[in-house]
Amino acid sequence: MTAAIAPGAIRRAFRHPSFAIGAGLTALLVLVALVSLIWTPYSPYEIDMAAKLAEPSGGHWFGQDQLGRDILSLAMAGAQNSIMVGVIAVGVGLTLGMILGAIATAEGGWVEELVMRFSDLTFAFPAILSAIMFTAVFGPGIVVSIIAIGIFNIPIFARVTQASAKAIWAREYTTAARAAGKSRARITIDHVLPNILSALTVQGTIQFANAILWEASLSYLGFGTQPPHPSWGRMLNDAQAHMFDAPWLAIYPGVAIMLAVLGLNLLGDGLRDLLDPRLVRSR
Amino acid sequence: MSVFLLKRLSTFAATLIAASIVIFLVLEILPGNAAEIILGPEAHQDQIDALSHKLGLDRPAPERYVSWVGGLLSGDFGESYAYQTPASDVVIEALEVTVPLSVIAVIINIVLGLSAGVYAAARHNKLGDVGVMALSQLGIAIPSFWLGILLILVFAVWLGWLPAGGFPGWDDDIGDALEALILPAIALAVFQAAILARTTRSAVLEVSREDFVRTARAKGLTRRAALWRHVLRNAMIPIITIVGLQFANLFVLTIVVEPVFSLPGLGMLILHSIANRDVVVVQDVVMLLVGLVLVVNLAVDLVYAVIDPRLQARRA
Repeated sequence: MTAAIAPGAIRRAFRHPSFAIGAGLTALLVLVALVSLIWTPYSPYEIDMAAKLAEPSGGHWFGQDQLGRDILSLAMAGAQNSIMVGVIAVGVGLTLGMILGAIATAEGGWVEELVMRFSDLTFAFPAILSAIMFTAVFGPGIVVSIIAIGIFNIPIFARVTQASAKAIWAREYTTAARAAGKSRARITIDHVLPNILSALTVQGTIQFANAILWEASLSYLGFGTQPPHPSWGRMLNDAQAHMFDAPWLAIYPGVAIMLAVLGLNLLGDGLRDLLDPRLVRSR
Repeated sequence: MSVFLLKRLSTFAATLIAASIVIFLVLEILPGNAAEIILGPEAHQDQIDALSHKLGLDRPAPERYVSWVGGLLSGDFGESYAYQTPASDVVIEALEVTVPLSVIAVIINIVLGLSAGVYAAARHNKLGDVGVMALSQLGIAIPSFWLGILLILVFAVWLGWLPAGGFPGWDDDIGDALEALILPAIALAVFQAAILARTTRSAVLEVSREDFVRTARAKGLTRRAALWRHVLRNAMIPIITIVGLQFANLFVLTIVVEPVFSLPGLGMLILHSIANRDVVVVQDVVMLLVGLVLVVNLAVDLVYAVIDPRLQARRA
């Protein structure tokens, strides 16, 4: 966006508790993922059977798993996985959903009806269910789960776009633009989309959190990320087999998922309050 | 009302039919037909053809679609390849676990979510409100399968109060069976209760600001009396909507929670059926769940229309 940021806006934003905590946790998630690209304490693939299920120690802060891999390194590398899934799934859903929603509102009539009925149909398939169906057909894997989550996101963004765009089309300035001879496509690009960006940003943040949650669930079930590629859901699946002899294994990946989702949700809530003052809810 | 009803019912039917076609087509493109999968890679082509014929797989797709849907409507779910029994038997056995599990979870959800939401609204902007809202953010962020693992760690591994998993069945001791469902039901309910608490809180706060509540207070009603008699009754519309939608969600989420506790319900059934390539059962269970989601949406819309006359006028 090219809009200038009002002076003091950033300071005000960080005084908003949801935004501040959410931004902090999200920054931490991104930072961990970036650091893990160039450095982790050990290789997340390094197997050391002599030290399998070793308790947390000075050398391995979070302990070692059933193959002797370093839990901290695995958890750090798992952040990459979650971010990748979130970015692609939300990217696909947002792009296609926005296009569909924008065309629906610009054209109206049967086109709008068709797009909205398509959304209804897709909504009947909860993300987990569609992911499972795809897995049954294409076999388990990270690509399959990203596609499934992305598809589920399309109608969500189509609806947000349609609802917010409808409000913009009802404004005087779009009527004026039409009177001035601008085409529907031109008005959509010049006036409608810039004005609904904040609504899409808020929804995108929340869907990002959901995507992380869904991917973790799918990987836990064995449908998402496949070993040896590190993922938080997969780690919890491995940990469950050792609940009696190594209970700490089940703690760290879960905390990581929770903090990532919590951070993104709070960030989304904060952004909603800050970007759209009309929507300020009672708090 | 009747125009709205007719419109809504026809959308429901159309979506249901479209969904069944999607489910049929998606599973139709499975590589290799079911007969090849059952017989394994070493099977002779003659054997495959014979079994295909026996299972009716050599008929054209539209014909198979019609007989599948017709069967579903008349209670014939087809044959489970993996279990070699009618699929309806397998599905009903799984429902005997999943339905009670979901019902218990809904009850926990309503008790926890409603009371937390009303409490937070009553203590608006005070410590209790902030505390409940913070807890609800945690409840939304915690993955239900991880919560299940944590509950097992605490209540089964450390305290030894409840079983870590498995299901003894309803035939012996009902108490044992219910005990096996408590932890999974909590794991399922917490996420939903967190959402319900937030919805309840904002619905109650919104209604509290309405003129008729001020009038009731001006008439001399105490805060508490106004809350029970006027606010809660009117705040029920959004709350009922959410609870309805949550019931469908809970049912679907059992897919993620049942494996944590090795519960032989619908979720485990669909996972096993995928592993066994038991396409008929996968189709049936997915259709059942999608049908449930659509029926619940329909019911919520209808209830809405009955409760809120303003909506009727607008839609008709």
